[in-house]
Amino acid sequence: MKLSEKAEEILEALWIAVEEEGKGYAELAEIKIAPDDPAYRELASLAFIEVREGRVYFRPEGKEEGRKTIRRHRLAERLMMDVLNIRGETAEDKACQFEHLLNEGVDAKVCTMLNHPATCPHGKQIPPGDCCDEAKKSGDLGVVPLTELKSGEEGEIAYIQTEDSKKMQKLMAMGVLPGNRIVLTQTFPSYIFRVGFSEFAIDTNMAREIFVRK
Amino acid sequence: MALFKKKASCHAAATEPTGRGKKVALVGNPNVGKSVLFNALTGAYVTVSNYPGTSVEVSRGSAVIGGETFEIIDTPGMYAILPITEEERVAREILLNEAPDLVIHVLDARNLERMLAMTLQLIEAGLPVVLVVNIMDEAERMGLVIDIPLLQEKLGIPVIGAATAKKRGLADIRQAIAGFDRTRHAVFGYSRRLEGDIDAVAGLLAGNYALAKRALALLLLQRDEEVAALVRKTEGERYGEIEARVKEKAFERRGSFHLDLSLERKAIVRGLLDGVFCQPDQRRATFGERLSRLAVRPATGIPLLLAVLYFGLYKFVGDFGAGTVVDLLEGKLFEGLFNPWITGVVKGILPWPVWQELFVGEYGIITLGIRYAVGIILPIVATFFLFFSVLEDSGYFPRLALLVDRVFKKIGLTGRAVIPMVLGFGCDTMATMVTRTLETVRERIIATLLLALAIPCSAQLGVILALLSKAPGALLVWGVCLLLIFLVIGFLTARLMPGEAPMFYMELPPMRLPQLSNILTKTYTRMQWYFMEILPLFVLASVLLWLGKITNFFETMVDWLSPVMAAIGLPRETAVAFIFGFFRRDYGAAGLYDLQTKGILNPRQLTVAAVTLTLFIPCVAQFLIMKKERGLKVALAIGLFVSAVAFGSGWLLNEVLVATRLL
Repeated sequence: MKLSEKAEEILEALWIAVEEEGKGYAELAEIKIAPDDPAYRELASLAFIEVREGRVYFRPEGKEEGRKTIRRHRLAERLMMDVLNIRGETAEDKACQFEHLLNEGVDAKVCTMLNHPATCPHGKQIPPGDCCDEAKKSGDLGVVPLTELKSGEEGEIAYIQTEDSKKMQKLMAMGVLPGNRIVLTQTFPSYIFRVGFSEFAIDTNMAREIFVRK
Repeated sequence: MALFKKKASCHAAATEPTGRGKKVALVGNPNVGKSVLFNALTGAYVTVSNYPGTSVEVSRGSAVIGGETFEIIDTPGMYAILPITEEERVAREILLNEAPDLVIHVLDARNLERMLAMTLQLIEAGLPVVLVVNIMDEAERMGLVIDIPLLQEKLGIPVIGAATAKKRGLADIRQAIAGFDRTRHAVFGYSRRLEGDIDAVAGLLAGNYALAKRALALLLLQRDEEVAALVRKTEGERYGEIEARVKEKAFERRGSFHLDLSLERKAIVRGLLDGVFCQPDQRRATFGERLSRLAVRPATGIPLLLAVLYFGLYKFVGDFGAGTVVDLLEGKLFEGLFNPWITGVVKGILPWPVWQELFVGEYGIITLGIRYAVGIILPIVATFFLFFSVLEDSGYFPRLALLVDRVFKKIGLTGRAVIPMVLGFGCDTMATMVTRTLETVRERIIATLLLALAIPCSAQLGVILALLSKAPGALLVWGVCLLLIFLVIGFLTARLMPGEAPMFYMELPPMRLPQLSNILTKTYTRMQWYFMEILPLFVLASVLLWLGKITNFFETMVDWLSPVMAAIGLPRETAVAFIFGFFRRDYGAAGLYDLQTKGILNPRQLTVAAVTLTLFIPCVAQFLIMKKERGLKVALAIGLFVSAVAFGSGWLLNEVLVATRLL
C-alpha cells in the first residue's frame, strides 16, 4: 500500500505537532492541506488518524507511519544538501518531492550511504531506522572524515570528496590515495598524518574532505 | 611562465660562449635533494635547504663528465607530470619544450612507493630517464631494505642508490650520465579500458612532440590546459576532432578519471616493488621524530618557539651580534682606529672642506656609509642569517608553519607564509622576493604589505633593541604595538581584500642535524647577495645626504616634516632620522641612536619615534623589489598606506602615552 503525497504531508505535519511541539493534536486549520481534501479520508480509512472538531489526532498505527514519513523527508533533505549540493528553497521543494520515492527499503540504502545521520540540515532529529540500530550494534563506524579520528588512530583512506579537482590532485600526489593506510598523529592546531614514511600537515578544511574507513 | 622565459633567455646569454652540451634535467618531488645533486655535479652553488620548495627558479650550470660537457638543469620540485602550482609548471616546461637529452629523476628512498608513480609517468612520456634513489642513508637507518639491481631490471632504466648529501653514489650517477643508452626502458600497461581511451586520443595526434603521444593523450584526458594549447597549435585544423574525442572520453569517465588513473599507477608500482622494497615490522622512532613531536604539539611547541626566539634571536643576534660584535667593530675598530686615521689621510689629500665632507664628514661615504655597513649591519645580518640557516636546515620551519596556521588564517595567510615572515626579520627585501612561493595573489599582496609595514629587518631590529633596552618599559610598549598593528592590519586586509580562502597543506621533512659546511655556504651566499644589494645604496645615500647638506635642501625637508613631528609629540630634530629612514630602514634607527646619545629624547618620545620609524616606509631596495614582484600600482598603494598607518599609529600612541603617563 502506498500513501498519496498529500496524505504523507498530513502525517508529517501531525507528527511534528505531536512529537516535537508536545501537543496532543494538530489544528486542521494549520495544516497546509485543505480540510476537504480526500487525503484525510484516505488516512482515516487506514485507521492512521482521526479528525474531530477541527483537530487531527493520531491513532496508534498512524504514529509509526508518521515517524517513517518524517524520517524519509529528513533523509531526503540531507541527500539534497550533502550529496547533490542543492541548497535553500529549491532543496526544500526537491526534498518534498523526493521523499515519496524513499520507501520499500530505499530509505535504508540512502541512510547507510549517508552513514546514518542523526539530524536533518536544520538540526532536527531524524528518527533512527532499523539500519541505524543494526549499525550501532555491530559497532561499524563506516566511513568518516579524517576530522572524526582521534590522534593516534589509523585507518584506510576510503575516498576524497572535494569540489576542487586541483586540491584532489594535490592530495593524491602527496600519496593520499584510496586504499593507503593513514595514521593520524595530531589534530590541533593542524592535522598531522602519516602515509607510508612521509608526514603531512593539513588544515581542518582539507581534513574534512578525506574520508577514512576505520 | 613569464618568469621562466625571462630566466631562460638571460641564462642562454650567459652560457652561450662556453658552448652548451647535452642537456640533463634534474626532476623530482620537493625536498629530495635535487639541488644538492646539482651542486655536486656542477660545482656551483644554489641554495639548498630542508624546506620543500626552496628552489623556485630554474638553475643551470655545466659539468664535464667523461670528457664531454653537459648542461645540468635544476628544476623546482614537482609532484606529478600534471602541474598544479606555478613551480611545477616551470619544471614541466623544461620537459615539454627543451627536449632534454637525459632526465634524472631524484626521489626519496623512504617514499619510494609514493614517488615511483612519477618515474612511471616520465618513462611513459618517452623521456630518457635515470632514476636516483636518494637519501639511502636515512632509509637504511630506519631499517628499510631496497634491492636496487632488481628495481633496475624491472624498470629497464639505470637505477642508482645514493645519498648525495653524503657524497655517496655520485660516481655512479656521473657514469650513468656519460654512458646513457636511451633505447632501453620497460613498457607499462594499464587496464584494457584505459588503454582503449588512450589509443582513441593518441591515434588522432599526428604532429611532432617532445613527449610520447601516449603521455600527451593521458594529459589531454586529465584536461591539462597547457598541453591542450600545445596540441591546438601543432595540429591546427585537426584539433577540432581531437578536442571532441577528448571531451567525449572525459565525459564517459567523468566520475573518477583522476582517481582511476592514480589507482592503476599505484597498482603498477606495487607490482614493481614486490621483492624490491622491504620494511621492518616495527617503526623505529628516531631522535628527529621525537624532537619533531615536541615541536608540533602546542603545549611543548610554543615554549620551544619562545626558547628559539629568546636564545636565537635575542641572545645570539641581539646580544652577541648587535651588542658584542658591533661594539668591537664599530666602537673599537671604526670610531677608535679607522675613522681618525682615514680622516687624517683624506684631509691630507683633499684640501677643500666640502669634498672632505663627502668622504669623512658627518654623513661621509667612509665615516658614515662604510662604518654603518661594515661596523653595524654586517655583524647583525651575519648572525641573523646564521641563525636562520640553522633553523632552515633542521626542518623546523614546516613545523612552525603548522603551529601558526590557525593564527595566520585570520590575517588572510596560511602557515606557509611563515618563511617570508621570519626571513623578513633578517631582510625584508629578500623576504618580499620569497613571497613568490605563496599560492594565491591575495596571500602574496597581504604578505608584502605586512612585511613593508610591521616586520622590522635585522639591522633595524638590532639598533632599536640596543636603543630601547635602556628603557625597559619602552621595549615592551614597542613590541606590543608592533604585534597589535601586525594582527589588526592583517585582519582588516583579509576582510577587505576579495579572493578565495587559502588552504594549507605541507609535507613535513624529517628533522635533521644541520651540516656545518652547508650552513656556512648558505650564510655566505645570503650575505654576499645582501652586500651586493645594499653597499651601493649605502654609498648613494651618503652622497645624497651630503648633497642635501651642502645645498641646504636637507634643512628645508626638516622644515617640511616638523609639523608632522610636532603632531606626534616629537622634537624637530627627529625629522633627520625619518629622512635617513627613506634611504635605509636601519639608517633611520641609527639616526635615532645618535639623537638619544645627545639626550634630546625622553622615553615617551623615544618609544613613539621607534614605533613610527619601524612602521614607516620600506627602504629603497625593498620598494624596488615590491615594484618588481607586485607591480608599480600595488607597490605605490602599499607605500602610501604604510606611511599613513605609521604616522597615524605614532600619533595615537603618543596621545595614549600622554594620557596614561605610562612612560
